[in-house]
Order: sequence, then C-alpha cells, then structure tokens
Amino acid sequence: MTVPMPSRPVKRAAYRPSIELVPEILGGNVAAIARMITRAEAGYPEAAPALAEIYRHTGKAHVVGITGVPGAGKSTLVSSLIRGFASEGHKVGVVAVDPSSPFSGGAILGDRVRMSEAASSSQAFVRSMATRGHLGGLGRSTLQAVDVLDAAGYSPIIIETVGVGQDEVEVVTAAHSVVVLSAPGLGDDIQAIKAGLLEIADIHAVSKADKPEAAATVSALRGMMTLGSERTGSKWTPPVLPVSAVSGERIGELKDAISRHWSHLRESGELAERQRGICRTRILGAARHLFQHKFDERADEIGEHIQAVVNRDMDPSGAAYLLLGWANERRAT
Amino acid sequence: MNEASMTKQASDDTPNRDATAGPIRVLVAKLGLDGHDRGAKVVARILRDAGMEVVYTGLYKSPSEVVAAAVQEDVDVIGVSLLSGSHIPLFRELGRCLREAKADHIFVVAGGVIPEQDYAALWDSGVDAIVPQEARAELIVTTIRNLIAARGRV
Repeated sequence: MTVPMPSRPVKRAAYRPSIELVPEILGGNVAAIARMITRAEAGYPEAAPALAEIYRHTGKAHVVGITGVPGAGKSTLVSSLIRGFASEGHKVGVVAVDPSSPFSGGAILGDRVRMSEAASSSQAFVRSMATRGHLGGLGRSTLQAVDVLDAAGYSPIIIETVGVGQDEVEVVTAAHSVVVLSAPGLGDDIQAIKAGLLEIADIHAVSKADKPEAAATVSALRGMMTLGSERTGSKWTPPVLPVSAVSGERIGELKDAISRHWSHLRESGELAERQRGICRTRILGAARHLFQHKFDERADEIGEHIQAVVNRDMDPSGAAYLLLGWANERRAT
Repeated sequence: MNEASMTKQASDDTPNRDATAGPIRVLVAKLGLDGHDRGAKVVARILRDAGMEVVYTGLYKSPSEVVAAAVQEDVDVIGVSLLSGSHIPLFRELGRCLREAKADHIFVVAGGVIPEQDYAALWDSGVDAIVPQEARAELIVTTIRNLIAARGRV
C-alpha cells in the first residue's frame, strides 16, 4: 500500500541563521520566538551566540512556576491565569512541560487541550515542551525558552511542570514565585507535613474547591503553615487558596496573590537573592550538561570495563573513574 | 548567486535532521464539528512510540486555532483526522490560514474518511499526503519521516 501524495514537489523552506531571528524575537514575532525555542531545545551550536544575545535582553519578566501531582488541574489553572493576566493587558507566556517516553524518546504533549481557548488569545504564547530525559519536573531547555519569551516582552511567564511526585522541586530554582497546586482527596494530613514539594510553595492552591473534600486539604495545609515557613529569612507567609476552575471561584484571588508575591520580592530585596540562586543553578546545570555531553562521547569505552565488573575484578565505581580518565584521583576508601 | 552555489550553501546550512535535530514535532488536530478522536489518539500514540513529540489539541478546533497552535509549537507536521465529511472546506481554510501565517513550510497530512474523488481538491488546498484508513502504523511513520527528510530542518 502507498500513501497518496500530490504531484507537486515536496515543500521546501530555507534555514534562517539564528542570529537573524534575534531582532524579530525582540520585536515580538511569534514564529521567530517559536523557532528559537526549537533550536535551543535541539541544542544547535549555531543557535548558541543568538541565545547569548537574547539573554542580554532578559531579566524583566516575572517567572511563575506551577507544580503539583498529575491531574491536580495545573493546565486548567494555567488557562484561567492566562485569561486573568491577559485581561489586565499582560502578554502572558507559558511553557508547559510533559514527560518524554524513556523508551522511544517520543512524547504526547497534551497541556494545550485544556488551554485551547486561552491559548488562542493574541496576548498569549503557549509552548509545549517534552522533558527529553531531564528529571526534576522541567525540560533541559525550559529556562532558555523562558529567556526567549522574556526578551520578547512576555510577563508573567508561567512554567507548568510535569505532574510531579513529592521530590521534583527543580522549578523552585527557576521561578520567582512558585504555586504548588494540591488536589483534594489524596491522603491524610500527614502528607501535609512531609518534606519536599509542599515546602517550596510561595503560594498554596487547592484545586477542585467545588468538591467537599477540598476543605480538609485546605485545613491540613493551613495547619502546616502555622508551624512556620521553611523558607527562612522571608517575611512572606504562603497563603493557602482554594480554587475552582469549574465555578471560577477565587481564581482572581490566586492571580492577585501571585502579583502580590512579585511586589513583595521586589520591595523586600528578596528578588536579588532569588535571581542569584536562579543564576547559580543555571550555571551549574549548564556545566553538568556540558560535562555529560563530553562523557557521552566516550560512553563507547564502557564496553572494555563491563566484563571486568561482571568478573568482580573491578567495582562499578572504579570503572566509572577509569571511564572518566580519573583513575589516579580515586580516593582510598 | 548561481543555483549551484545556492544548493551548496543550503546543504551546508541544513544538516541532516535525524543526525542533529531534536525529535520531529507533530500537531495532531481534530477540525470542526467532529467528536470522534479515538483514531487521532491512536495515531498520536503511534507517533510517540516512533520517537516523535506529539502536541494534541483536543476536539472542535477551527483552522485558525490549529494554525496559531502549530506556529507557537513550531511543529513540522499538522496531522488532521476528519470523519465528518466536511474535509474539503476545512482543509481549504487550513491551507489559507497557513499561507497567511507564512507557515506553509509545515506539512499537512490528512487522515480519516476521505473519498478518492476529493483528493484533487485537498492537493489544491496544500495537503501533502492522505493516509488511507487501512494504513499500518509503520506507513504513517515512514510517510512523515520521508517528508521531513525531503525538506530538511528549518
């Protein structure tokens, strides 16, 4: 069987150098923004100088992270927030992350399904991004995508993480304001005092507030908050806000809380500290990536060591040092 | 610049997609008043398992919404499944929106129920391939890969 195709020639398109896209991105051209994000994700060496130039124009946007368990209602909430911020005249950027398959590398990016109406507003730019093997709740290039949107004048820029478990807290090192969305009915109040995800919230939101179980979740979170905030040195107390996309209840309050947190960061001087934290993490992350890349180039050499480890002639850690060419640096254990 | 040197330059600036670029990105869309998306979801899954990134838009989309999404997502292909019989006007409008958005480097692949006598109208609207209902998974994947390989990265 064959697939019917037209008799005209296959479509063609010229490759435009990334550096040529930069002025268009700064002018807000949607297609140029989208293309640059693709190239950042693919890691084209050709795009690196353009991304460096773009970075010089960033630092204006309020970056908001939305995280929570799968199915908590993150995409629905983001959709409501787009509408809320856009109605105030903001150009809203969204980077929505979904997981890549560990087997095929492919992904189904379904966040747009819930955002369709809001996403087609001319005031919004929504980009779906796969993790491409990156752990922690974001994609490797999520922050570069945020840079591109920042330089193009979008603010706020909302990062929607993958549906996370309890420990994927990378978004806290990427966003100025973190909203942790909890869904009602997912466990008792001991969940509320566990370490991890809940500790990173600047704002707690409880979704599906139209359901009766939501009140218990709100009360458990508020109870936790009375024991003090984990983020030492901050005068900000994370509010706990029940929201419902079904009834539209209190979405406005959440939007106001996000804006209030941004004002707090700027007026208290805590913003500078967060910016430094974000930059530190990004430098280390980029270094780790470069290192990984160098390492992957040598990964074929692993074959020599496998049998030695199988035979118990060498332990896995020793083989790793050899693979890195660090055999002499291994500390005596 | 003569054509030979243009071709030379194009091949230098356009490395093999499979070797250097990220995964192929496909937008799978349902256009118009057609609520049957089981086939679209199966195709999305097939493409995912072939290593592609599939943006799924959900039901009842207008051509202009689909094109706006395709531009923001910078996809290589828009795959549209249509079972409602209204494929001729919807693909015509989709093609018009793509040209208007200067996004006609994006391939359009049609699937669903498309009678053979309507093929010519779809070619005129800018459709690049029509996947028959009985096509096997590999054929859908190969069709998309071949289109991208012919165009190169953008």
